[in-house]
Amino acid sequence: MTYTEWMREDRLPHIYCVGCGNGTVINCTLSAIDTMGWKKEDTIFVSGIGCSSRAPGYIITDSLHTTHGRALAFATGIKLANPALHVVVFTGDGDLAAIGGNHFIHACRRNIDLTVICMNNMIYGMTGGQGSPTTPVGAISTTTPYGSGEAAFDLGGLASAAGANYVARWTSYHVKELTHAIRAGLESPGFSFIEALVQCPTNYGRRNKFREVMDQIEYFKSHALLVQKAERLREEGTKIPDDMFIIGELVKRNRPALGVQR
Amino acid sequence: MQGNTACAEGALAAGCRFFGGYPITPSTEVAEQMALRLPKAGGVFIQMEDEIAGIAAVIGASWTGMRAMTATSGPGFSLMMENLGFAVMTETPCVVVNIQRGGPSTGQPTLSAQGDMLQCRFGSHGDYSVIALCPASVQEMYDLTAEAFNLADRFRVPVFIMADEIIGHMRERLIIPDNVVRTERKALKKGDLPFQAPDDLVPGFPVFGKGYGVHVTGLTHDERGYPCATSPTVHEELVKRLVAKVETARDTIASCDIVNPEATKVFISYGAPARAVQQLLHDLPRNDIGHLRLRVVWPFAESLLAMFPEAETFIVPEQNLGQVAREIDRHTDRPVIPVPKLGGALHSPAELAGVLEGLR
Repeated sequence: MTYTEWMREDRLPHIYCVGCGNGTVINCTLSAIDTMGWKKEDTIFVSGIGCSSRAPGYIITDSLHTTHGRALAFATGIKLANPALHVVVFTGDGDLAAIGGNHFIHACRRNIDLTVICMNNMIYGMTGGQGSPTTPVGAISTTTPYGSGEAAFDLGGLASAAGANYVARWTSYHVKELTHAIRAGLESPGFSFIEALVQCPTNYGRRNKFREVMDQIEYFKSHALLVQKAERLREEGTKIPDDMFIIGELVKRNRPALGVQR
Repeated sequence: MQGNTACAEGALAAGCRFFGGYPITPSTEVAEQMALRLPKAGGVFIQMEDEIAGIAAVIGASWTGMRAMTATSGPGFSLMMENLGFAVMTETPCVVVNIQRGGPSTGQPTLSAQGDMLQCRFGSHGDYSVIALCPASVQEMYDLTAEAFNLADRFRVPVFIMADEIIGHMRERLIIPDNVVRTERKALKKGDLPFQAPDDLVPGFPVFGKGYGVHVTGLTHDERGYPCATSPTVHEELVKRLVAKVETARDTIASCDIVNPEATKVFISYGAPARAVQQLLHDLPRNDIGHLRLRVVWPFAESLLAMFPEAETFIVPEQNLGQVAREIDRHTDRPVIPVPKLGGALHSPAELAGVLEGLR
């Protein structure tokens, strides 16, 4: 099989804007799943509301497109009721970290056997570009017209602190690494959280000095700091610039997990 | 046995094997009994982080083909409203127990009320129809909860056990039947589209994990289940079908007790106030006083009113300010007298006799 065999082709064309990073993440996810040897009928995609959450509608398996922020709670019900199913959740920064923040914390705490892929575009894309919990300080959105004054959430750090077994962060630039991380997440028992920073040229990029799609992808490349290098810099006492962000495998452990098929 | 415990036992007897919920007075004993019993029955109990997550987990579990339930009270019921609309739109069978307490807001956590009857019917946004059963005894907490799963599976809607604190916490003798009748969820036929409705307006259910490859969304969808949120026709047809599948069956869903059909003064009751009416009829055995006791309040079967052809007045004692009386009033030209009671105490038979006196 190839990943294209997982696509629901009669649903095309999709809703994503030209230059959107979400397609890259869907591509990486299906490529990773394709290497797992899973059957389509044993694989379920779940999502909430937002651009990211439309992804399951383009995939051929059973899928549940739920209410805003609640995907993890629905997915918990599916996984506990039938642990033989592989349950993968697509979500976004608004869906997961704002309205769904409590479910995120508790799903990590339970360490329930789900793989959760967050397309973090740092903005509410579908509703037209409002600020989200991951909008960087100073960034312009329709609800932060003078620049965001709130600190952004570190989603990977949150997942790690709350107890997830596997946590990684990559970007739409790091296609191979992201695919490997999703594969590692799918293989790990317990809660796997993969954050993928993605460009939103329509609602983030054009308001924040990324005139071309590639400008933001170039930014992801130049401002990403591999976790191992960041640790080395910290040990040396070198200050990490504020505009750099950490990528890589942030957590890999084997805490007792819920919903793992015995 | 206590009403709440009987409710859990009825669910188990009906084959419920998933409970997701959040503790809230006065419903908590339902969750506690499920927590005790489900793991040993091969089922799943999970205490979620809030009621929103509780009903979400129940809906998720239902898509794996499991009979699934949650239990709550006022504040938790309010939190569930959005996801209940999702269950309606996606036609997900599930059972929601509401042991009603005094509201609005935190209100009277330990005292009885029936203030959520209209919220149950209309509380989520958009037009829809659901089924609500109202037990008036511990026996009915068992029997109606078991039957709720059949109705949920048959009509693919959320079915509510709209009980109250009095019935939930009352202790009575319970006769446990050897087995309960079980109507299975109709499976999706090969070749049918997942949301294509046959004559009974209820599509077959495509269980997750069986190769149907169904996309389920809360967005307005076509018969394939695909989002189609901008077509006026698709939306109108879908919503009208969701309402019609329940409303056209309201006479077959209806369940009630009728006392003295020749009566001129007819009490209509459900839940705890039914007990006061029953006591009144026991104390005052007169042929001119009748009683229509509803076991099913929603969908409201107005044909039941015609069972009392001589009725001159309908008297409706409720633990709210007249929520179901308002529904009855729009189906009859006879006077409807609400007997509202707030605060948690039950109507006394003397109070109801006083209403009869006032009619003279």
